[in-house]
Amino acid sequence: MLQADLNIILPEILLAIYAMLALIGAVYTGKDKLTAPLTWLTALVFVLMALWIGFSEVGETAFGGSFNADGFARFAKVAILLSAASVLVMGQEYLARRQVANFEYPVLVTLAVIGMMVMVSAGDLIVLYMGLELMSLSLYVVASLRRDSIKSTESGLKYFVLGSLSSGMLLYGASLVYGFSGTTLFSGIIEAAGEGHAPLGLLFGLVFMISGLAFKVSAVPFHMWTPDVYEGAPTPITAFFATAPKVAAMALFARVVHSAFGGITADWQQVIALISVLSMFLGSIAAIGQTNIKRLMAYSSITHMGFALMGLASGTAFGVQAMLIYMAIYIVMNLGVFAFILSMERDGQPVTDLSALNMYSTAYPGRALALLILMFSLAGVPPLVGFFGKFYVLRAAYDAGLVWLAVLGVIASVIGAFYYLRIVFYMYFGEANEPLDKPRSPLLFGFLMASAAIMLLGVVNLFGVEGIAQAASLTLVN
Amino acid sequence: MIGIEHYLTVAAALFVIGIFGIFLNRKNVIILLMSIELILLSVNINLVAFSSFLGDLAGQVFTLFVLTVAAAEAAIGLAILVCFFRNRGTIAVEDVNVMKG
Repeated sequence: MLQADLNIILPEILLAIYAMLALIGAVYTGKDKLTAPLTWLTALVFVLMALWIGFSEVGETAFGGSFNADGFARFAKVAILLSAASVLVMGQEYLARRQVANFEYPVLVTLAVIGMMVMVSAGDLIVLYMGLELMSLSLYVVASLRRDSIKSTESGLKYFVLGSLSSGMLLYGASLVYGFSGTTLFSGIIEAAGEGHAPLGLLFGLVFMISGLAFKVSAVPFHMWTPDVYEGAPTPITAFFATAPKVAAMALFARVVHSAFGGITADWQQVIALISVLSMFLGSIAAIGQTNIKRLMAYSSITHMGFALMGLASGTAFGVQAMLIYMAIYIVMNLGVFAFILSMERDGQPVTDLSALNMYSTAYPGRALALLILMFSLAGVPPLVGFFGKFYVLRAAYDAGLVWLAVLGVIASVIGAFYYLRIVFYMYFGEANEPLDKPRSPLLFGFLMASAAIMLLGVVNLFGVEGIAQAASLTLVN
Repeated sequence: MIGIEHYLTVAAALFVIGIFGIFLNRKNVIILLMSIELILLSVNINLVAFSSFLGDLAGQVFTLFVLTVAAAEAAIGLAILVCFFRNRGTIAVEDVNVMKG
């Protein structure tokens, strides 16, 4: 019995052991000299884990239902592991050249990834909380990794205060849910909530939990930390924030509303639809005035979370499938854009001003074209893959009878297209100014080109993500 | 007779004080950390009260986990605060403003 349970959480256990061994090993030997090999090794471990989790067929639940390794969790875990591995590899050179390549960085990322893996598998409020905190605490530290920079420590501080506040709200909600359902297991909560209308105390708990989770996915009105943290943290870490934790938080969101409150869909549907609309509009409108590309990406991620929440708001299996497809496309696009941002330099210093991109296309036509494809894809222009992500969530909302939500989503994406196209405008028609340095990393170039190529070639069949996401969503909602 | 409602009221009051402490405080970041602790402790009161009311041990187990995490959270918060203080020379809330957001 115990053996079978342990087999199911073996990936998490092994990863935790790896993190501790890496930490102790590095402390007693080369310390920061080991950062580069350790980063590559961690990325390799992540990729192997992703392959293992993706292809192995193990049991579904462990520890009496408090840990689920179903298709949904496996989909999210593979996405988290692969994106974290890409971010580690992408940022390695950048951090090394700026003397912030601490060996703790890959270890902290590993710990955050373990937290995310536990989160997406949670079947119990305690497991949910522990996973969430392991992720959050590691992320607070990574945000302030650059200890000698005011911006980095300030972003860490802001992230810490607002993140702890959100954990506190989520926890207060969890305590109410526990009190009014008498159990911390999701399978028990769904019975206590029943069909139709749940007791008032349970609804209070649900609302608190939704606000806590909305903080983690940076949905409006809980988005205040996002632009500052994205701007202040070193760029590779911003790239990490924009990908893996978002997938994990969104998957956890889906897990909570479907496997703990799946019987009272009508009660949370309107709340999620509202935060979805607010995120889409605020993200699109506030991004227009930004001049810093990292802040712009922060507002862009708020908008995208709004769209992903639209899939969730539909409350159906198709909605969850649409959300998973959307998140998969979103991380690929973001990895490409951040690979580009990481290579933006002038005189060896990182540049994040949008005006630095003026007439970029004359100097580097290939890279400019790749960024153009990614921007069009982020905006959701039809032939590209980004359009299909939006198409799926809009259809999910439409099928669930939320026509007003779908219409507002289309309007928001039209507004949002403006600031993506403005970047393209700068690159092709801006006023020429001092050019950026010649990008030196072939690796970042590879990531940028691969991401752009996926946006073009994925049009054929989305690389089969659709079928996998469907199977995954059916294990969560049935 | 003190019933579960009393405990829940105390917990709710502490929770609200904690939230207000975060949003109304304009002085010191340490007070923010204290407010966060207050929120977590109000949750603990809730959990223990429910646990004893329901005669179910899970709530008390949850409380122990929350206590542990709260300790880790305070440690990390103070560490980040020390780094911030070294760079900025102040921990007043109104000086956490290099980036506007």
